Amino acid sequence: MSEATFRTCPTTGLKVDLNAQKLIKANAVAAVVFLAIGGLFGLTVALTRWPAVHLLPADWFYLALTAHGLDVLLLWIIFFEIAVLYFASSTLLNCRIAAPRWGWVAFWMMLAGGLITNVAVLQGQSTVMFTSYPPMMAAQHFYLGLILFAVGALVAVGIFFGTLVIAREERTYEGSIPLVTFGALTAAIIAVFTLASGAVILIPTWLWSMGLISTIDPLMYKLVWWAMGHSSQQINVSAHVAVWYAIAAMLFGARPLSEKVSRGAFLLYILFLQLASAHHLLVEPGLSSEWKVFNTSYAMYLAVLGSMIHGLTVPGSIEAAQRRRGFDKGFFEWLRKAPWGNPAFSGMFMSLVMFGFLGGISGVVMGTEQINIIMHNTLYVPGHFHGTVVAGTTLAFMAITYLLIPLIFQREIRFPRLAKWQPYLFGLGVAGISLFMMGAGTLGVSRRHWDITFADAPLDFSYPEAAFLMLALNGLSAIAAALGGLFYVVVVVASVFFGRKVEGRVALEAPAGKSAVASYGSSESLKIPGTLLLVGVFFVAFVLYYFVNWKYLSDIWPMR
Amino acid sequence: MAITPPTARLWWKEPVHRTELVWIIVAFLWGLVMFFMMIWWHATGEQNLATETYRTTPNAFYAKTEAMVQQYRVRDVNGIPVVRPPVGSDVYMIGRMWLWYPALELVKGQTYRLHLSALDLQHGFSLQPVNINVQVHPGYQHVLTITPDQAGEFSIVCNEYCGLGHHTMLGKIYVTDASGVTP
Repeated sequence: MSEATFRTCPTTGLKVDLNAQKLIKANAVAAVVFLAIGGLFGLTVALTRWPAVHLLPADWFYLALTAHGLDVLLLWIIFFEIAVLYFASSTLLNCRIAAPRWGWVAFWMMLAGGLITNVAVLQGQSTVMFTSYPPMMAAQHFYLGLILFAVGALVAVGIFFGTLVIAREERTYEGSIPLVTFGALTAAIIAVFTLASGAVILIPTWLWSMGLISTIDPLMYKLVWWAMGHSSQQINVSAHVAVWYAIAAMLFGARPLSEKVSRGAFLLYILFLQLASAHHLLVEPGLSSEWKVFNTSYAMYLAVLGSMIHGLTVPGSIEAAQRRRGFDKGFFEWLRKAPWGNPAFSGMFMSLVMFGFLGGISGVVMGTEQINIIMHNTLYVPGHFHGTVVAGTTLAFMAITYLLIPLIFQREIRFPRLAKWQPYLFGLGVAGISLFMMGAGTLGVSRRHWDITFADAPLDFSYPEAAFLMLALNGLSAIAAALGGLFYVVVVVASVFFGRKVEGRVALEAPAGKSAVASYGSSESLKIPGTLLLVGVFFVAFVLYYFVNWKYLSDIWPMR
Repeated sequence: MAITPPTARLWWKEPVHRTELVWIIVAFLWGLVMFFMMIWWHATGEQNLATETYRTTPNAFYAKTEAMVQQYRVRDVNGIPVVRPPVGSDVYMIGRMWLWYPALELVKGQTYRLHLSALDLQHGFSLQPVNINVQVHPGYQHVLTITPDQAGEFSIVCNEYCGLGHHTMLGKIYVTDASGVTP
């Protein structure tokens, strides 16, 4: 194998393996391409849901919805995550990347798989939604593309593990791996479970589509499929929490309040997050209540505990760093004087807040066994996961892109004013999408539904007027989010291909205040009142909203 | 920093500040509250999803449903039979592309055993405006014991995608008061 060549990053002093750099670039670019395609499909879906616009005909709506799910939920996010894994292993550990040729094999497999599945969907014979529940059957190459993609991603995850082993053997770092790499490792471990589950269910389903297997039990399929479908969202959570820590470190020099606590929280993810496959099976026949209660709660909410810990330690570490840097007045000087004009910070902080308030709370409430009865398969579900995966993961990934472009692509950001406003526009739009879909879902509106007026139905029914308003507001929010997404794609493409080459150091750090005060981080001097106030507000909102939904549940027909 | 190895090599021996400890304890206890809330609701709440399930086949389930329709049909709505089954009896409802079959007429405050199954694909039983949502699978017969506590006309939407006519799939449950009148 050829010798690895490195460059030294003038900003961080890190040694960057050029093979890893090329792989990071390729995966990140593929991710952004699929984000653009999938985002466009998403916009058409939202505009069709808006009753006054009702853009697409029914067959195209369901096709666009299938493609939207695949392109953004699977392809954009996993390609980007592979880039993050390579960065967190090779770059942060000063190490050559393991088996770069296999990295290219993985990349081309994933790309081919993604394209094959997209072609299958666009041919119109695979309008089966992202979930492809049997007995509904897609074309053979729909499944084949997904399998290729999953195997490719598995190879890439293997390269991440290999790189960690090499770094350890060649002693490219001192002591333990950085927290961000630890978070990436968490994501990678969950990814193995996820992708293996995907292979276990998609391979027989593929054989079934070829006629080699007679039936696929629909309940069994759902159980195993969601071990991929939901767990892949847990890769996202681990990866975007790692990204939050990374951005806090790069902009503020923030160190974790406690390495032990933050790593412990990631460990809780590894142990418990995968149980959440059950979230999708709470109103299914044939499963016991004991099974549902234990699994849906991640064994007594231990993974939720992990997220609530990060919800304190991420803003807490920023607050501690900012106070040390001189912004020490009152509760919120540290936050007020944060670099809100820097899209890496504004994107990251909005991702943090919205993931907690919109995605997190709604997810736990909806995942409560009985409360799921009033939410299952309503628009509340996509409302929730646009709060986690779009406001949380996608916004965090967009934010770190503004740091990766100067550091890895070594290009200056083009159109900095556009970049400055991008996270706000996208974040606001996504917050609207999430809230208004949850609102419509609370009113009972079905997800994956072309016509909420039921104009062609043999019977009469209409959802309440308020639902129409919710879907109109959802359409407007989607336009804002799509514009924000477009700005992102324009800035990335312009910077990567036409940006000025970066020479020398990049000024990453946010400006500091007057003077640095005493050191922080020890168990004696921790002072984070602003963060405590924020988590206090979060906790009260969580508790109230949780019990309000039990009240809603108690109003429906008695059933047992 | 979070992007560099921990400064203290023995980071797992560093003491944890009280602020973090208190939050961890609060979050853990809240998790326990939410966990036991589900169990408590099983013991005392009135809305719990039944787990009574049988394997069936589309033919067998259709035969049972059709027998009920023949016996208790009272009228039609847009060509779909409306069935008024005896109070407390076993009631069958089919989800198929693209109709919930048959329509039911139930009595307020009475309890019925509602059997749900699908003939072709998965469907989503979504009773509106009550907002009860249950997944319906082919091959599985799910028995919910329900007690309508409001009179009126209720619609069943399909909320699991089931092909191009999915958005036309509806069903009806009419709930009358004790004298047989639908308000």
